[in-house]
Amino acid sequence: MSWKKALIPLACVPLIILLAYGFRTDPKAIPSPLVEKAAPGFRIAIYDGDDLSLEGLKGKPVVLNFWASWCYPACYEEAPLLEATWWKYKDQGLMMVGVDIQDKEANAREFMGRFNFTFPNGPDPGSKVSIDYGVYGVPETFFIDRQGRITYKHVGGLTPELIEEQVRAILKER
Amino acid sequence: MGLHRRRPGRPGSIATRRRERWALALLACLSLLMPLAAPAATGPAKADAGVSSPDLEERVRDVASELRCVVCQNLSVADSPSDLAKEMRNLIRELLQQGKSREEIKAYFVSRYGDFVLLEPPKRGFNLLVWGLPFAALLVGACGVYLVAKRWTERGHQAAPPLDPAYAERVRRELKEREGRAGS
Repeated sequence: MSWKKALIPLACVPLIILLAYGFRTDPKAIPSPLVEKAAPGFRIAIYDGDDLSLEGLKGKPVVLNFWASWCYPACYEEAPLLEATWWKYKDQGLMMVGVDIQDKEANAREFMGRFNFTFPNGPDPGSKVSIDYGVYGVPETFFIDRQGRITYKHVGGLTPELIEEQVRAILKER
Repeated sequence: MGLHRRRPGRPGSIATRRRERWALALLACLSLLMPLAAPAATGPAKADAGVSSPDLEERVRDVASELRCVVCQNLSVADSPSDLAKEMRNLIRELLQQGKSREEIKAYFVSRYGDFVLLEPPKRGFNLLVWGLPFAALLVGACGVYLVAKRWTERGHQAAPPLDPAYAERVRRELKEREGRAGS
């Protein structure tokens, strides 16, 4: 009879383990299958009229940031950080590209003007680039090394420490 | 008469018990088969859609209904009104027009978003738990129901405690008195 009594708590053990696993996992953290893989190629029309492609940036470390003027407050908070990082590292070969998704051009231009963006930014008609990069929200940032490999993906607003660390990592790799 | 039927001490014949056990076992089996019957009923409809030549929009909807809208809560790309889902549907349409198959399109989305984008998790690895646990729980539940029901029926068949002769005599006497009163 005693083993029967022990059966009920024993049966609960796998359930508790499963629940412990479930509750410790962040359902919003969706690992990107693109990390450590070649970055998908893209071509966007920059707001000043030029075309920019990943192919054309071959050999350069790239920070690819997806943003939108309606993305408040995260995009507004990280925008100055992006511009500052671009100025700090562009002479070392860093390339920063902004992809503006599902936005109105006037609003996007106002956003870029507000933060004095000098790095290239362009819209993503049809969200093709966004879908190709598995973007599901804004902001999202991809760090691409000189070999064109995605080394890191960050979902949400960037912090000074995180962008510094990731930019240094992609600059270092030869 | 009703009182008689509910009395726990009335033993049933061996044949009755056997019939009851068979009925219980059948019930347990049926409860296991019920959930299997539902997908089996919807299965052929889906397969037919693939065999016949539905128009493009139907095929877009077909593929989109298997993909998760990544900015929504439990909505498919087919059902979501969000801008991203709309763009995804446009992309599916484009890929279908290019001659890509449903599996190729799904594989493309998985390569970008991971398995998360599939509304139905693939049957491998840790996901097997999702597929297996409901059936395991159902099996355990059915066994539990069977055991409990068996215990109840067995308890029902136990012989009643012997009736106190003095009490039986008193009941008989009072009944007779009552009948006598009613007759007069």
